[in-house]
Amino acid sequence: MAEYDQELDASGLNCPLPILRAKKTLKGMESGQILRIVATDPGSVKDFEAFAKQTGNELLESSEEGGKYLFLLKTK
Amino acid sequence: MSDEKKLAIIATKGSLDWAYPPFILASTAAALGYDTQIFFTFYGLALLKKKLNLQVTSLGNPAMPMPAPIPVFLQAMPGMQSMMSSMMKKTMKKKGVASIEELRDLCFEAEVKMIACQMTVDLFDFKTSEFIDDIEYGGAATFFEFAGESDICLYI
Repeated sequence: MAEYDQELDASGLNCPLPILRAKKTLKGMESGQILRIVATDPGSVKDFEAFAKQTGNELLESSEEGGKYLFLLKTK
Repeated sequence: MSDEKKLAIIATKGSLDWAYPPFILASTAAALGYDTQIFFTFYGLALLKKKLNLQVTSLGNPAMPMPAPIPVFLQAMPGMQSMMSSMMKKTMKKKGVASIEELRDLCFEAEVKMIACQMTVDLFDFKTSEFIDDIEYGGAATFFEFAGESDICLYI
């Protein structure tokens, strides 16, 4: 997995908490920085796609690893 | 006028299960950049109380999943509602579902505006001291001032 500036562990959290936590973390980051998110909610896969599309933060990567969902978001 | 999208919600229900949709949708919309308002009327006002004691009932709700089938006349017994409510809260916690208190706080953090229906407050003799502080009081016209410009309007 690529390098990142900050990491958010949203494991065990259900909708809409992973998105809300991610939004909050992104707020404190600078433009162009990369946030790595770890989640266990299967719904987060589609939700982070939708979140990226609507907010303009770029979803660089979305993958699954041993029951965990990993996302890389690039701050707008 | 800003080009920000707007979401207007009317929350009319005061049970634990029905408390979720307005707060989930409002907090998520705010995270997506929507300017969001919720208008609480009738039983929805229960969601604005300082001390939340939201309950869920299986009565009149045949779709509610139960650990074992319980005859309806037993579901109506004293104590059943509070038992079901605490079971529901426990399950939600276990599954990582946020509490209503938490979602409401997240809504405030995201600057979701909440308006309590003044008429309902008067109708049920509620005191404003029973409600959380950061809310406004208004009527139907107040709601339309925002809803009239909204992109999405939901009645829950």
